[in-house]
Amino acid sequence: MEKALEVEKLGIRFGRTRVLEGLSFSAPSGQTLAVIGPNGAGKTVLFRALVGSLPHDGTVKWAAGTRLGYLPQKLDLDRDLPMTGADFLRAKAAVARAGPADVARALARVGLDEPLTLQPIGDLSGGQFQRLLLAFVLIGDPNVLLLDEPAAGVDEPSQERLYDLIRRLQEDSGVTVLFISHDLSVVTHYATHVLCLNRGRASFGPPRVALTPESLTALYGMPLRFHVHDDPRC
Amino acid sequence: MSTTTLAASALALSVCMAVAAGLVGSFAVMRRMTLAADALSHVALPGIGIAIALRLHPLVGALALLFLGTLLVWTVENRTHIATETVTGVVFSVALAVGGIITSGEELIDALLGNPGQLTAWETGVGLAVSALVVAFIARARHALVVSLVSTEIALTSGIDTRRLNLAYLLAFAATVGLGLRFLGVLLMGSLLIIPAATARRLATGLNRMLAISVAVAVVATVLGSYAAALLHRSSGPLIVACAGTAFFLSLAWRRRG
Repeated sequence: MEKALEVEKLGIRFGRTRVLEGLSFSAPSGQTLAVIGPNGAGKTVLFRALVGSLPHDGTVKWAAGTRLGYLPQKLDLDRDLPMTGADFLRAKAAVARAGPADVARALARVGLDEPLTLQPIGDLSGGQFQRLLLAFVLIGDPNVLLLDEPAAGVDEPSQERLYDLIRRLQEDSGVTVLFISHDLSVVTHYATHVLCLNRGRASFGPPRVALTPESLTALYGMPLRFHVHDDPRC
Repeated sequence: MSTTTLAASALALSVCMAVAAGLVGSFAVMRRMTLAADALSHVALPGIGIAIALRLHPLVGALALLFLGTLLVWTVENRTHIATETVTGVVFSVALAVGGIITSGEELIDALLGNPGQLTAWETGVGLAVSALVVAFIARARHALVVSLVSTEIALTSGIDTRRLNLAYLLAFAATVGLGLRFLGVLLMGSLLIIPAATARRLATGLNRMLAISVAVAVVATVLGSYAAALLHRSSGPLIVACAGTAFFLSLAWRRRG
């Protein structure tokens, strides 16, 4: 299977603190890789290193022609800025050299009505804002999506809609998806591969192999129960 | 040049400086750089003192120190884990102290509070050219600046060289501070970058409107303040900032009514 990403012996330190060390894994093209682990395991740090925002040891190799779309867990800006969704999307379109048609397409893909984008971002609900951000990320037509807890802070029905939307995007355009989640039910439902991180130790494989009761107990330090959907993808 | 021409060119320069301040200040407020904005202007003072001691034009020393200060902030942002605001607060307060020691008398008051006096044709020409460059930079880079406001990682994955963009923005910022030193002085120039933008942030609902309101407040405050200073034979800086401050407090009342 063609690989969208290959990581070899990745290591990251903050001063004397070692966050990741000797991490190796790969992401098959067109598949969904979930990254899980307890708080402080280095999941977000891993994503930041993958997009070149943090210095690291080892190698990160993206397939030729990769166009990354990154949805961070936390934004650098305040939600109460005088900025509309349209301001956001226009800025991204200008940077990505995309036209109004690409913006309209991104909005249609995430199911967001154009009039909503004329509102200040602070007036949007959590779910609407998350879909706006996803549209923002989709402008420029990325073929790899890195989503850091994409459903954090949104209610359960909106979470489900968001993950269904991501799955639809993948089925329609064959993008590779890497996402971070704390919700193991979501991981088993949507991921084809799982990377379990826990400071210095890591395991990698399909959900049924990587998410055993023993591995989860080792990962989180306690036994965990979660609901497995009837139609896991692998 | 006739007195009328000189007055007209001084007015043109102050308006262009205010336009640049309104635009650059809007992004400073959105980037949460308000302390840095205020403190960066202080670093010009030792430069002015050194230039006067060496019998150079004060602006040459001010711009040289502003440039060095900008590089310092940029390096700190990129290479250390110390909060930028902390380093900015310490280094630029020290700069103000050193500047106060090596500058003295009337020159110190003018440097601190601003006094446009008689602008030479050379000064006006350079000032207008720098204003045009700053406005052109914001017009060209505003979309990249918005994307990098959202998230550094999104900016990186969108192909934006965030380090270069930050340096260019800081240089535009320093250039704007340099432009306004004659009018507002090192103590108050930061205020013309921040107060109009803070007013616009309260009143606007979208980015274009924020930029427009910020520019309008900066221009009106600069023109009214300079006019009042000439009329009252006072330093122009405090009067310009008082006008901008009035706009800000009016904006508070406006929002409360809304």
